[in-house]
Amino acid sequence: MTDRDVMQYDVVIVGAGPAGLACAIRLRQRNADLSVCVLEKASEVGQHSLSGAVIEPGPLEALLPDWLDNPPEICVPAGRDRFEFLTAKRSIRMPTPPQMHNNGNYVISLGGLCRRLAERAEALEVDVFAGFAADDALFDDDGKVIGVRTGDMGIERDGSPGPNYAAGVDIHARHTILAEGCRGSISKRLIAHYGLDQDRSPQTYGIGFKELWQLPEGRAEAGLIKHTIGWPLPRDVYGGSFLYHLDQDRVYVGFVCGLDYPDPLFSPFEAFQQYKHHPSVHALLEGGEIISAGTRALIEGGLQSLPRLEMPGAMLIGDAAGTLNVPKIKGVHMAIRCGSDAADFIADNDTSAGFDAYFRANAGGRELRKVRNIRPGFKAGLWAGLANAALETVAFGKTPWTLDNHADWSSLDKLDERDDNGPEKVARDLPPRDRLASVYHAAIHHEENQPVHLKVRDTSICATRCAVEYDNPCTRFCPAGVYEMVDDGEGGKRLQINAANCLHCKVCDIKDPYEIIDWVTPEGGSGPNYQNL
Amino acid sequence: MKILVCAKRVIDYNVKVQINREGDGVVTDGVKMSINPFDEIAIEEALRIRDRGEADEVVVASIGPGSAQQQLRTALAMGADRAILIETDAAIQPLGAARIFMQLVETEQPGLVLMGKQAIDDDSNQTGQMLAALWHKPQATFVSKLELADGKATATREVDAGLETIEVDLPAVVTTDLRLNEPRFVKMPDIMKAKRKPLETTALAELDVDLGPQLAVANYSPPPQRQAGVMVESVDELVAALRDKGVI
Repeated sequence: MTDRDVMQYDVVIVGAGPAGLACAIRLRQRNADLSVCVLEKASEVGQHSLSGAVIEPGPLEALLPDWLDNPPEICVPAGRDRFEFLTAKRSIRMPTPPQMHNNGNYVISLGGLCRRLAERAEALEVDVFAGFAADDALFDDDGKVIGVRTGDMGIERDGSPGPNYAAGVDIHARHTILAEGCRGSISKRLIAHYGLDQDRSPQTYGIGFKELWQLPEGRAEAGLIKHTIGWPLPRDVYGGSFLYHLDQDRVYVGFVCGLDYPDPLFSPFEAFQQYKHHPSVHALLEGGEIISAGTRALIEGGLQSLPRLEMPGAMLIGDAAGTLNVPKIKGVHMAIRCGSDAADFIADNDTSAGFDAYFRANAGGRELRKVRNIRPGFKAGLWAGLANAALETVAFGKTPWTLDNHADWSSLDKLDERDDNGPEKVARDLPPRDRLASVYHAAIHHEENQPVHLKVRDTSICATRCAVEYDNPCTRFCPAGVYEMVDDGEGGKRLQINAANCLHCKVCDIKDPYEIIDWVTPEGGSGPNYQNL
Repeated sequence: MKILVCAKRVIDYNVKVQINREGDGVVTDGVKMSINPFDEIAIEEALRIRDRGEADEVVVASIGPGSAQQQLRTALAMGADRAILIETDAAIQPLGAARIFMQLVETEQPGLVLMGKQAIDDDSNQTGQMLAALWHKPQATFVSKLELADGKATATREVDAGLETIEVDLPAVVTTDLRLNEPRFVKMPDIMKAKRKPLETTALAELDVDLGPQLAVANYSPPPQRQAGVMVESVDELVAALRDKGVI
């Protein structure tokens, strides 16, 4: 189309999350001669960031010892820990697993933390570009990554340039760092292109929901951290809830389900809403109001699924690679650590070659090694998983085996193989009424006239094979109702994609049983505008 | 000719605005802020006028907290030549804003002042008109088309009955409506250039302006919750239900 502007940096980082920003800050701390830029697809830093989030402050303190002088908008020291097993009516207190103790930790808003980190990065003269999505990687003739291209702006629905068309720019850099978070679109392509996941266990993921509630006065106990397992999840779904009490009578309430669930009729969104109607939770939330809500996939494969973190000219860091510590249910400290490690490695060696071994031998790799067998143990169900987790914990992960993960897309049973539909549903009266009402709390925005950014490679099977085998699970696993089967006007059904509702969670790209959905970046600045999630 | 554009930092139009716990304002922490969309249209129009050669400088001014520099940098990245921030953490009412802009008008001597017809936070729709009155210059409000020639502006206004076209002598104040233009996308290299453009910050206290207040806010309350609907089977039932409610 037009001549593209080319911008030159020493390092380009894709994604202004905790990994990418930590990497940018550390790079400039180590070598103030390096030019560094960070690209962020959200309209502002932090608007797409979502995490529990109880963070272990260690790696953040190592990076920025004074981070607490100007804390994120939400930052509450962790108080009591509670761990409960839920039945439909009761909650049974259980001993808190050792990995889940939170002494010295903080409940924060990840979006808030990212905004603070971006301010610090900019103060170190990092160029942070929010509202620009990195669309694809650029290669030289030798097949080495030499940077990224940002998406064009102002493209019409049919792909032609509109009146306000602005071509994306090419950013050339000696080092490209992919910090896109879980299931990043460029990371996915590069992992396949370079075979970075060869000889690794398949990656496995979860879906995490989160709502910020304002409660009536006097109801929240600042710092209380509560996790539950059990109801309303069927025994064959790994997951549970989190409930973090904040200051000013606010709480974070959230729910995580493993995406290796087998029932095609299972709806993760409905499971979260059901959980909120447990007597113990309902009493807390009743009369309160949702301030904001969001959903994001999280990466749970751990060490055995961690791809090779290096390729010529580029590195994967944080959850773009998969450094989340599942038993701790914490990823932010690992992402910051991994980002700082990548920066140190570049500052010392000026190459990506060798970073994979460096990270694995370092504190982050050792932490992942210790807990590697806990998540896969839950494939055999909740009780077997708990027993295995206890064993792995007392053995400090020194068991002589490593359990495998299974690919989430292949884990669905066919409809005719199922007879159990999980616990009975309770009637709901708390907001949101449905997924569209929930999307409203994400303050979402997509320019309606842009091309659909959810690419389904073959829609001919939607109304035929998929309807018969799985009853179109996309209409249930998507937390935003993006996928709908509608009347095709000829007595049949066809797939309709409501792309403007997309929360950028990436679950469709992961869970679709035929592996034919590709999530690509929409126009920069599109997507949710999460407030303090 | 110089164009002065007035732009306000507001809560982004996508954000679901919520009343704070004290009930005396709205929640702003962690909330995305943007240039008031009508003001963004005013900036775009000023740039198009300059790029046509009908003006030689575009100056964007804002009144707000230090963080409003972010919105002014965006205006500079769109292409404005220079920016001025009158810094204050206080909420400024329309007459106060008009008086502050009047001081800028006196020092800058613009040939045209552009601003949005209203800001999307308080929807006052007063500042432009008040500035024109203080300045003793003509005004063209709700403008959806603007042409400049021979020291005059021909402006098409969106009025209740349709479109009205008026001619005003310059200098004048023009307030912009939604259909005037579609603002451009900011380009990455222009963000870099904007970092080096002049942005002058003056504390509000340094200006001698009577800020009022002329208005007192009694209270804030959310709109009433919508009640759940009822499905009726027939027209008779519908009529009966409406009678019950006393609406017919």
